[in-house]
Amino acid sequence: MVDKTLELFDCGHRACGGCGAALAARLVMKGAGKNTVVVSSTGCMEVFSTPYPETAWKVPWIHSLFENASAVASGIEASLKKQGRTEKVIVMAGDGATFDIGMICISGAFERGHDFTYICYDNEAYMNTGIQRSGATPYDASTTTSPAGSCSFGNKLQKKDMPQIIAAHGAPYVATASIAYPADLMQKIEKAINTKGPCYVQVHAPCCTGWGFEGEQTIAIAKLAIETGLWVNYEMVDGKVGKVKKVVKKPVEEYLKTQKRFRHLFKPVRQDAEIAVIQAMADKNFEKYGLEIKLKKE
Amino acid sequence: MLEITEGSHAVAEAVRLCRPQVISAYPITPQTHIVEALADMVANCQLDADYITVENELSALSACVGASAAGSRVYSATTSQGLALMFEVCFNAAGMRLPIIMTIANRAMGAPLSIWNDQQDSISLRDSGWLQFYAEDNQEATDLHFIAYKVCEDHSVLLPAMVCFDGFILSHVYEPVDMLSQEDVDKYLPPFTPYQRLDAADPISFGMYATPDYYHEFRYEINNAAKRAKEVIQKAGKEFGTMFGRDYSALVEGYRLDDAETAIVAMGSICGTIKDSIDEMRAEGKKVGLLKLRVFRPFPSEEIAQALSKVKRVAVLDKNISLGAKGAVVIEVRDALYGSATPVKGYVLGLGGRDVRKKDIKEIVSLVEKGVGDQFFGLRRELL
Repeated sequence: MVDKTLELFDCGHRACGGCGAALAARLVMKGAGKNTVVVSSTGCMEVFSTPYPETAWKVPWIHSLFENASAVASGIEASLKKQGRTEKVIVMAGDGATFDIGMICISGAFERGHDFTYICYDNEAYMNTGIQRSGATPYDASTTTSPAGSCSFGNKLQKKDMPQIIAAHGAPYVATASIAYPADLMQKIEKAINTKGPCYVQVHAPCCTGWGFEGEQTIAIAKLAIETGLWVNYEMVDGKVGKVKKVVKKPVEEYLKTQKRFRHLFKPVRQDAEIAVIQAMADKNFEKYGLEIKLKKE
Repeated sequence: MLEITEGSHAVAEAVRLCRPQVISAYPITPQTHIVEALADMVANCQLDADYITVENELSALSACVGASAAGSRVYSATTSQGLALMFEVCFNAAGMRLPIIMTIANRAMGAPLSIWNDQQDSISLRDSGWLQFYAEDNQEATDLHFIAYKVCEDHSVLLPAMVCFDGFILSHVYEPVDMLSQEDVDKYLPPFTPYQRLDAADPISFGMYATPDYYHEFRYEINNAAKRAKEVIQKAGKEFGTMFGRDYSALVEGYRLDDAETAIVAMGSICGTIKDSIDEMRAEGKKVGLLKLRVFRPFPSEEIAQALSKVKRVAVLDKNISLGAKGAVVIEVRDALYGSATPVKGYVLGLGGRDVRKKDIKEIVSLVEKGVGDQFFGLRRELL
């Protein structure tokens, strides 16, 4: 068991108040422990945590480029193994670095089977450069490169199913987690790190600036994503879906209406057809993963 | 021991003797024979390295970045398009001060696609912070690997290096090479002791981001390290000479230059052809000499100015073209000679594997004697 009282991602960094990614980093490091080497991709977290000469990382940390964190981690793992050292290697990368620009490097590293854990903090767009869409951006979210307009409801594409892509590489442990459930998140990180081979944990990390909500709402919104079925917390061990977080179902609009990125679905006029499309996506998740807890009728 | 071997195999053997702990590379012509030979050595327990077979060159060099930062001696090899794919990582490796050694089997850049030799690939990375060595023959290509590791891992340098040798012309040619023994190399090249490394017992952050308040000084320091490398190369080259009889202390090397009126400046395998041409021209009474640049980064300005101080004219041969300008070497040689009245003419030649023959060298000498230059040499006018 790692000592979860240790703060290995220190305070005083430059993230926005209410930043989901910063909380993800803190919780991930609690789950990972101090015998860890962290590789960050370029992105918000890298920038807000390491403005030279300050660093928030109390473990060895390296940032090389946007797209190559898995390849850098591969080299580190090989080197540590050759030296007979025991540090665990983790990648901390955003969704853009994971779903888009880093895909080739990720595929290579998972194919080779390096003993490392890849953590994607998923805030569903390129936040560092000013909220542009990525392969992780949900359907109908308005971003600066998929803006809602008079003839657009925002992002036309669905979120890529990255955990399944990783699982298809034969990864022994793949999980999704959320900052709204810190104990579950830390446990999954610990499990991933202690599973031999390449593991993947995708952490839902709402971004108050990019999604358009007040900083104190971060956890509530993360929780709503799960309760509406738009984010599913689950584990896949050797490719088979195991533990799934079940919920009492809420309609998707309870989640959508909290964020400016979906405001165009409600104002100036309510877009029932679009909301219904998103509800259908959530319904599909409820069915696929068996998410619903049915309350007994009075 | 002198043995007849292919250039790529000689380089691979030199790399093996340097005991890299992590190798990561991706196949590309004409570099392939090197990485195949190394894979074979690993497969037969002749080399105790972790060999990471990656999905492209960007990952090859990125894996080297990680392994080097974690404290291992690392190696890669590439050429041309592969090096271009590494462009971003090249700047990054130098910026993080990682002493990665990479062989470049020099090849042209597409389009049009060409697998044949010129030096456009590595020349295009001249601003990346990597030291650049250029070999004339396979003996030099082999020896420069020992020297490159020694220089780059020196704590006053801590920069990566490209050891460049001409694709096919050297990489695929069998020549006699005197190969050192493991015992010799171990005496010359001690195990890698990183200045700093990724270590849970002593955590540091690598590759942070720097605001305008800090960035400028980082670049200054890297440039200083590259300049300091001059002296370290001289020392390492001299030590190599003392131990093994081949002295590489000079960053530039003259051939029949002392009393020369016309100097040819060049890099790489073309120097062999030039030397033969010079011998023939000398026999005809022409006072021609060669200044070979063995090191292009750090650029040996003072050494060039000194070596060319007595000649009447200079012909610089470039197997590259900074498109829209001139060959990279002539631009820099002119800078080195700034203030001197000696005329310097540039000749871009041998691009994409076009043969350069002794008669071409002689023709260039007659052109520079007439003051004609700064041109593409050897054009097939009928195609234009």
